Amino acid sequence: MIGPMLAEAWSALAANRLRSILTMLGMVIGVGAVITMLSVGEGTKAQVQATIASMGSNLFIVQSGSAQSGAVRTGAGGQQTLTSDDATALAELPGIVAAAPVAPGNAQIVSATGNWQTQIQGTTEDMLIVRDWPVVQGYPFSESDVRSAARVALVGRTIVTNLFGDENPVGQTVRIKNLPFVIQGVLSGKGQSLDGRDQDDTILVPVTTAQRQLFAGRFGDTVRFIMVQAASPEAMATLPADMTALLRQRHRLADGQDDDFQIRNLAAMADSAAQTAQVMTLMLAAIASISLIVGGIGIMNIMLVSVTERTREIGIRMAIGARQRDVLLQFLLEALMLSLLGCLIGVAIGVGGAWLIKLLSGLETVVTSESVILSFAVAAAVGVFFGFYPARKAAQLKPIEALRYQ
Amino acid sequence: MSTPTGDPVIRVRDLKKSYVSPAGTTEVLHGLNFDIYPGEFVAVMGPSGSGKSTMMNILGCLDTATSGHFAIAGKDTAKLDSDALAKLRNDVIGFVFQGFNLLARTTIEDNVALPLVYRGVERAKRHEAAHAILQKVGLDGYAKSRPSQISGGQQQRVAIARALVGKPTILFADEPTGNLDTKTSDEIMEVFSALNRDDGITLILVTHEPDVAQYAKRLIRLVDGHIDYDGPSRAYFEEKAA
Repeated sequence: MIGPMLAEAWSALAANRLRSILTMLGMVIGVGAVITMLSVGEGTKAQVQATIASMGSNLFIVQSGSAQSGAVRTGAGGQQTLTSDDATALAELPGIVAAAPVAPGNAQIVSATGNWQTQIQGTTEDMLIVRDWPVVQGYPFSESDVRSAARVALVGRTIVTNLFGDENPVGQTVRIKNLPFVIQGVLSGKGQSLDGRDQDDTILVPVTTAQRQLFAGRFGDTVRFIMVQAASPEAMATLPADMTALLRQRHRLADGQDDDFQIRNLAAMADSAAQTAQVMTLMLAAIASISLIVGGIGIMNIMLVSVTERTREIGIRMAIGARQRDVLLQFLLEALMLSLLGCLIGVAIGVGGAWLIKLLSGLETVVTSESVILSFAVAAAVGVFFGFYPARKAAQLKPIEALRYQ
Repeated sequence: MSTPTGDPVIRVRDLKKSYVSPAGTTEVLHGLNFDIYPGEFVAVMGPSGSGKSTMMNILGCLDTATSGHFAIAGKDTAKLDSDALAKLRNDVIGFVFQGFNLLARTTIEDNVALPLVYRGVERAKRHEAAHAILQKVGLDGYAKSRPSQISGGQQQRVAIARALVGKPTILFADEPTGNLDTKTSDEIMEVFSALNRDDGITLILVTHEPDVAQYAKRLIRLVDGHIDYDGPSRAYFEEKAA
């Protein structure tokens, strides 16, 4: 039954080729727009997710609080209250995987062949755990390097590219503020951070080396901030209170005295960034799907014209034994064929559009199989929804009235 | 008129049909009564507006009566829903129209096979049946042609083939020769006569041409929605000639 009906639907569409193509165009443009827009949204989402993953998961940043002198308050970090020992103590708290102190500063580094200004981060081996940042060449520095304030360094990708090119930097010596450092390892690439900074343009040195030798006098034995990794997202909820209690005790703050530090939840930041990307995807899809509805109305319009034009044909079919449901199915199949064929072409154009956007603007685009399946499902729904009314109108014709129609 | 045998295939009692228009209700058929038995060849005649086409459309299950009783093949049509009526049109009834009513963009063989599509017959068997019937009406060579590529007489043969492909017990023809010249009319009437004579198909045919009506054995003449004459066609025409 369905076989000859499909052939029938195809020949009906082929009989009005230009009209069928123009009708399909609505679906083609609608589906093409949805696929392209979703690919842009998904691409952005993928990029944000990669960035979030590069930050490390379940992160807190503990920063020094503001200093108050008379009525004047400095910003966060205005006074240096945090120490490496605070980091060590935080790491002991249940629910915390690792805590890395960071004493950052900028400096010119000089190699045998060139020089480069970059950010130096004094930290501990915990940094590599907290940021999920493996050493891909050489090896990380150890606890004893930190204890002895050794002049060793781990360099990011960008540093390698700019100072060493294709050479292997491991074992080479660079001078930072005229002090020789041995490059002990190369860090894996992390790409851009959420705010667009190049995370690979950095050098890690032992925190003690930074405090005592590179930035002597700036930090004393304090650090700018501590990065803390929680064991799980669940632990993130209770940890701030525990951390606050611990730090207040260590800093000997009396009741009623303000905290001299701030705890920031990076996971929340990451979530909101991911949510923004999600909202953008949804908005793009919503705007694009309006054109799908317009395409559906086009199909309905043409099907209504078609039913009117072919009233006599419907009468003939009924006269020789077509039941109402046969006629309904015939016109529904035609509408469905229009919308699915349009969808097929639309998917091809959408994939092409996504590729073109990537090529021309460099925006990341990702065509997911979900978006293709979704398009077909929506196209089928549009076909059935907008095809049903005209088809039912055809099926409910009275045989004799349809036959008499001129 | 052949001797009635067995139960009638068509039984009509007090059949009325009226149309409602803003101007009021117009009654077209004022209570018809007759039976038609298997194997009969009946011509329905009457002036324009006498209600003969209206009656044919009701008998062919294309239209419904306003009141009265109409049974076909033992089934009271008043009790049937639209699906059951469609099944009757498909299984029991073949209908041939004045204007042929072929599907223009469909090949001759597919036109002929169309009733079998709605019966769920598979493609190979449909075409086999279509070819057998086309051979019978002498058009086997035109299976792949389209209706516009053949003559009017040939189109009417295709329409007859389509009406016959489902092996109906009753064949209705509404002015089947109305659009054809005399020679072609005769050829078409020979086809109908042979179907009635050789295959025993019950044939009911509306016409306003006495030449055509003379092929039939029985004549029903309608005037203003009443039966004016119901009897052997030969007797009617002899009486008229006298």
